[in-house]
Amino acid sequence: MKRSARYIIPSSQITPENAYLTRRSFIKSAGLAMAAPGLALGAAGEAAAAKARAVEDPTLYSEIISYNNYYEFSQEKTAVAALSHDLVTDPWSVSVEGLVKKPRKYDIDDLKKSFGAEQRIYRMRCVEGWSMVIPWDGFELGRLITEVDPLPEAKYVKFTTLLDPKQMPGQRKSYFAWPYVEGLRLDEAMNSLTLLATGIYGKELLPQNGAPVRLVVPWKYGFKGIKSIVKIELVAKQPVSLWMNTSSAEYGFYANVNPNVDHPRWSQRTERRIGDLRRVRTLMYNGYEKEVAGMYKGMDLVRNF
Amino acid sequence: MKPTGRTALLVALHLSALYPLAHAIWDYHTGGLSANPIEDITRRTGHAAIVLLTASLAATPARRLTGWSFFVRLRRPLGLYSFFYASIHLMIFIGLDFGFDWELIWLESPKKRFIVAGLAAYVILLSLALTSPKYMVGRLGAAWRKLHRMVYPASIFAAAHFVWLVKGDKTRPLIYAAVIGVLLLVRLFPWTARSRGS
Ligand code: HEM
Repeated sequence: MKRSARYIIPSSQITPENAYLTRRSFIKSAGLAMAAPGLALGAAGEAAAAKARAVEDPTLYSEIISYNNYYEFSQEKTAVAALSHDLVTDPWSVSVEGLVKKPRKYDIDDLKKSFGAEQRIYRMRCVEGWSMVIPWDGFELGRLITEVDPLPEAKYVKFTTLLDPKQMPGQRKSYFAWPYVEGLRLDEAMNSLTLLATGIYGKELLPQNGAPVRLVVPWKYGFKGIKSIVKIELVAKQPVSLWMNTSSAEYGFYANVNPNVDHPRWSQRTERRIGDLRRVRTLMYNGYEKEVAGMYKGMDLVRNF
Repeated sequence: MKPTGRTALLVALHLSALYPLAHAIWDYHTGGLSANPIEDITRRTGHAAIVLLTASLAATPARRLTGWSFFVRLRRPLGLYSFFYASIHLMIFIGLDFGFDWELIWLESPKKRFIVAGLAAYVILLSLALTSPKYMVGRLGAAWRKLHRMVYPASIFAAAHFVWLVKGDKTRPLIYAAVIGVLLLVRLFPWTARSRGS
């Protein structure tokens, strides 16, 4: 499969989970390094690597639900699933408000019913240098925004996660200015790639993945994909996200995947697909250049990182 | 301390020092590593290295507190185990994480201060490990002592490496840095420095 050729991989090409055996066995052979670190990636490793070529295969469901950055629960990616298990996601409502003609509070079931869900297989690139391929179920954010009818002054969209330290142990620590906030420019929000996701692999979203509804913006780093959304506001000024607020030198408003803009900790030139051990080149806009580059024409992407 | 107590302490040292390695091998075979196994074992080995380095720094203060000179004998094996894990840690980084892609390593590393600090710590640990055999102590004499005081900057570099690589809430690495800081500071106070340098 050619990586840059298509941004939406048709669902007919989702590999059934048992077809991953070759990838698994590659991990096994490369993992010999565990016992003899110096011997890693010898000839045997190379041969196995060739067999494991399909980096565009969707990530295993078991991996998607066990390796999560969700600081409201824990900074430890493997600890999130257990800690978020009991998050109450029904009843749940999402308030769509701000500079709109028809503000509305959606009950989560209504939201799902009125907008439905289609499958979109997107790459997700985390700023930490790893990535997944995730078959999301959801609907285009643009449809929701159109329904509430933005006023002409509306230039940005601000998203807010649930604030509930009782259920979210990470929010009991005051290091971050909770709740999590993210933002998009209105045109980014209206882009047809931008998704509100309610499921993965045809199953309802689990709390560790942002249940009951989360944002998916595949050409941006993963942290832009705000989880467990309770509020969507149309605003005139550029919102300040939680990460910008925490460390403005490291995290900008745009956070477009860009292999040419470095980060003090992680390699942005390359990434590792979960399920594979080798690094692959990171693509401009995470490979969605054709669909999104037009929105940033003439912009200095180094300054607007 | 009685000889049985010494033996027990030594056995405990070797067992606990080898535990992280055994645990990682076990987890690898039972699917207990995270979905990003390279990151997982990088962290585990880095963590083992800094814990053992910190423990080796605690040997001298422990001797001074308790008067048991035997504690000082733990310093060398603890330091060598720290070096052992740091070496695996670095080999994982070079061989597994970057697949021996030296060009990429060179592109990525110099600008990242946490890597520079880690390398500084490692170079010191390496030179201490190479000069750790008993006959080196006699051969190098006073120079040996001077050289082996480099473990202090090494531990500071290791702490900086840890603090700098954590994104967001740095409480955890700062606790390690604080423990290392205390272990270095107590050496400055005369009441604990009855028999310096031994
Ligand atoms: C050239 C030398 C070194 C390199 C390239 C290196 C590289 C790394 C990398 C890539 C990580 C993971 C960062 C992440 O997950 O974001 C890491 C973590 C770590 N390293 Fe190193 N390292 C080096 C030397 C050392 C040394 C000498 C020590 C200690 C004595 C050490 C202790 C640690 C610790 C404690 C962690 C974090 C573990 C955790 O998250 O629990 N490293 N290092």
